[in-house]
Amino acid sequence: MTDHVTPPKKPDVLIIGAGWAGSIMAKELTEAGLHVTMLERGHDHSTAVEGAYPESIDELRGAIRKRLFQKLARTSLTIRNHPTQTALPYRQLAAFLPGEGVGGAGLHWSGCHFRTTEDELRLRSVTQERYGRNFIPDGMFLQDYGVSYQELEPFFDKAEKVFGTAGEASSVRGQATGGGNIFAPDRSDHFPLPPLADTFSASLFRKAATEVGFHPYSMPAANASQPYTNPYGCQMGPCNFCGYCSGYDCYLYSKASPNVNILPALRQDKRFTLITQAQVLEILLDDDRKTATGVRYIDLTTQSEQTMQADLVILSAFQLHNVHLMLTSGIGQPYDPVTQTGVIGRNFTYQTITSSRVWLPKTHFTNQFVGAGGGGVAIDDINHPGLDRGKAGFIGGSPIWVNQAGTKPINAALSSGGKGAPRWGHAYKTAMIDQYRHSLSIDAHGSNMAYRDVYLDLDPTWRNAYGQPMLRMTFTWKENDIRMNQYAVQHIGQIAKAMGATKIALNSLQHGQNFDSRLYQTTHLNGGVIMGENPKTSAVNRYLQSWDVSNLFVIGSSAFPQGLGYNPTGLVAALAYWSAYHIRHTYLRNPGPMVTA
Amino acid sequence: MTSSPSHPTAPSRTALSRRGFIRGTGALSGSSLLSHAAQARADLKTQQARKAENDPARYVPRFFTAEEYRFLCHACERIFPEDENGPGALALAVPRFIDKQMQTPYGQGDLWYLHPPFGNGPPELGYQLPYGPQELYRRTIEPINTHCLMTYNALFADLTTTQQDEVLHKLEDGVLQFNDIPGAVFFEQLRTNTLEGAFADPLYGGNDAMGGWKMMGFPGARADFMDWVNQQGAPYPLGPVGMPPNVAPYGPDALHDEED
Ligand SMILES: Cc1cc2nc3c(=O)[nH]c(=O)nc-3n(C[C@H](O)[C@H](O)[C@H](O)COP(=O)(O)OP(=O)(O)OC[C@H]3O[C@@H](n4cnc5c(N)ncnc54)[C@H](O)[C@@H]3O)c2cc1C
Ligand code: SF4
Repeated sequence: MTDHVTPPKKPDVLIIGAGWAGSIMAKELTEAGLHVTMLERGHDHSTAVEGAYPESIDELRGAIRKRLFQKLARTSLTIRNHPTQTALPYRQLAAFLPGEGVGGAGLHWSGCHFRTTEDELRLRSVTQERYGRNFIPDGMFLQDYGVSYQELEPFFDKAEKVFGTAGEASSVRGQATGGGNIFAPDRSDHFPLPPLADTFSASLFRKAATEVGFHPYSMPAANASQPYTNPYGCQMGPCNFCGYCSGYDCYLYSKASPNVNILPALRQDKRFTLITQAQVLEILLDDDRKTATGVRYIDLTTQSEQTMQADLVILSAFQLHNVHLMLTSGIGQPYDPVTQTGVIGRNFTYQTITSSRVWLPKTHFTNQFVGAGGGGVAIDDINHPGLDRGKAGFIGGSPIWVNQAGTKPINAALSSGGKGAPRWGHAYKTAMIDQYRHSLSIDAHGSNMAYRDVYLDLDPTWRNAYGQPMLRMTFTWKENDIRMNQYAVQHIGQIAKAMGATKIALNSLQHGQNFDSRLYQTTHLNGGVIMGENPKTSAVNRYLQSWDVSNLFVIGSSAFPQGLGYNPTGLVAALAYWSAYHIRHTYLRNPGPMVTA
Repeated sequence: MTSSPSHPTAPSRTALSRRGFIRGTGALSGSSLLSHAAQARADLKTQQARKAENDPARYVPRFFTAEEYRFLCHACERIFPEDENGPGALALAVPRFIDKQMQTPYGQGDLWYLHPPFGNGPPELGYQLPYGPQELYRRTIEPINTHCLMTYNALFADLTTTQQDEVLHKLEDGVLQFNDIPGAVFFEQLRTNTLEGAFADPLYGGNDAMGGWKMMGFPGARADFMDWVNQQGAPYPLGPVGMPPNVAPYGPDALHDEED
């Protein structure tokens, strides 16, 4: 174990995890003149090697055998629905698919690239102001982020320019464009690229939603609609709707990823070092436990344990692993659902998503294999701030969309049938082929609130390959979110009829239904190291700086107090740029807590 | 409103060079040094040789025993039967695919978290057995055959299709259990691998002659729909292409590349 210890030179900054959050922080902090070392547990990944056509578009190897995802054999987590159950290990990847290797999940994401609504960042305040304190159900931990949309706007804008995001603005510097999402807040600039074209399925949805009286818009997509060079000089080619975004790396340099949009610039910077196959086990603290001194990690190439020191530590290992590393490092008080004290693991949330299906006449082919991961048409009529939640009876919201992202045949075949329909045999086969050729799906992609008894902590029984206790997830669906989902799905029915459906299968969550870890939902996991204004109810301040250890910043969707209606990465990236800006302009000049508790 | 996609004036370099990979049916194979007839004879010979070698009916399983393989052939065909839609699991060489998959890290269970202790819980908490796919098959096929012998006095493969369906339903519905393996868990494994074998790239030994893809209208490894984003509901006109056989590192013994 110890024959390979060459103490590395001490960098200024250590970054844990080479996904979107880590890569953004690394770029910003090297720009500030600092020496940055990024530690990533997985392998390096580049378009030229892992992303090369045709191997990259092999469904079996990609989305089915999950070559780019977390290697469960080494580390997983345990799951239960209720605190009274014994949690059991997540032994097969299914419900969510954390990334591993350079680029993180940012390499195999889809590219739906949203901001937030104006309200979501101060949801507690807004809800109280409009509907009164009593509207918040007992046991719901509704909180503000501590940062406003206006404050984040320049950073949303910056992220879109780095990602080469294709979309249509509705309002730019107070000027309405006449297009875009009429409910979207004002922007300082247009999207860097025009929206992607509508697939046939999306075009039908756009037309039908308009007829029904909703307000469709092109989903903002980090899939390039034209050739593009971003502010870092990184180039993207136009997306050809190959349909291999989600679960794959884009062979055309069209989908934004840390690997395509940031790392090519970063790798040229002598101040930047990337160490792969470095599994971080612990953030090391000084005796006073108020200062991080570095990290302890395993060099997986030699199986030797190493330590590395730095002045500043950035934890950006993805939501689940951010929480895990905070707990294994003993930073911040772990959340206890009985006493309702402690912060690490608190406000764990997810995404409330269901997909409904619409069949079209046999003359209409939806060619479901055609699509771009982030492309499609959405409505925000059930998500925008103006919707009267008092009347609707829930907190939160749900965009509804046709996001035909490219359905491949194995996945199509596996997910066909069920709910009373045969799952094998002749009748199944006929229905499955018909469904593949002539149907499309409409998703209700809603928010998810935080609750007293939904949280993350360490499992008492199961350990990972490095001998550490695994993370334990206690999660299920709650009434408020089920009501919200059902409300949204009702509206899908209307649109589907207007589309000329020959058959509609609406799918919504049912009261009492437990979260099922065997079915893919999304990898939009949030919370556990949330940001806020009060150290009793948040783990990091509004700059994502640990309240307890001021030279530690924790970046990622782990900072979200509750789940968004939209996908998370637009906000993850904006918060990373926001945090980096304040590190550069305030913290580095005067290290120490940036907010007094 | 319609958005204004920009079509590039020329295909990108990647798109062009990529064509070199595609194994098109109408690809030129002639060499000017050979006469047409000689070329045709040579082609026929290699074709025949390849056909014999690739004939799914002649495949000798490496993981499954002969009796297990006979079960597999019949069970897969009931799950995905030949019908008016097109070929079934046997014609698509699904059993061969599954046998080859058993010889990969996936088959050995290396892709799953299989550390003890092992507990029981509600189905929502997912798979909790200590076995990888290989062991799931090995520990279940024989007891299923024993069950068939006791119930019908014949092995699964020798039952009528109606009886075979009866057994498969009993597995799917969890009526049968073999030691610690619930019938439903085994059924899911079998259904999943069968459908994978019907639709994975032919490189992995199933989806013979891309028959699965043709049935679905899936164009395989084309992965370029620049002009087909919206054709107002017309069916996509081109048939499928498969991956070239020279991507061997990811072939039947795939997935080693991601393990260390
Ligand atoms: C299939 C899929 C589709 C998605 N589609 C969308 C979408 O359309 N829109 C959207 O907004 N979001 C989407 N997401 C979510 C999106 O990928 C994540 O929000 C985003 O990647 C998070 O960035 P991150 O930097 O926080 O984490 P990641 O990108 O996951 O990066 C974290 C990195 O840290 C490394 N790491 C973890 N632990 C350690 C350790 N102990 N030591 C060293 N390194 C470690 C990991 O290996 C990983 O590389 C999708 C996710 C998946 C899986
Ligand atoms: S759909 Fe577009 S962005 Fe996605 S992988 Fe294909 S070319 Fe890349």
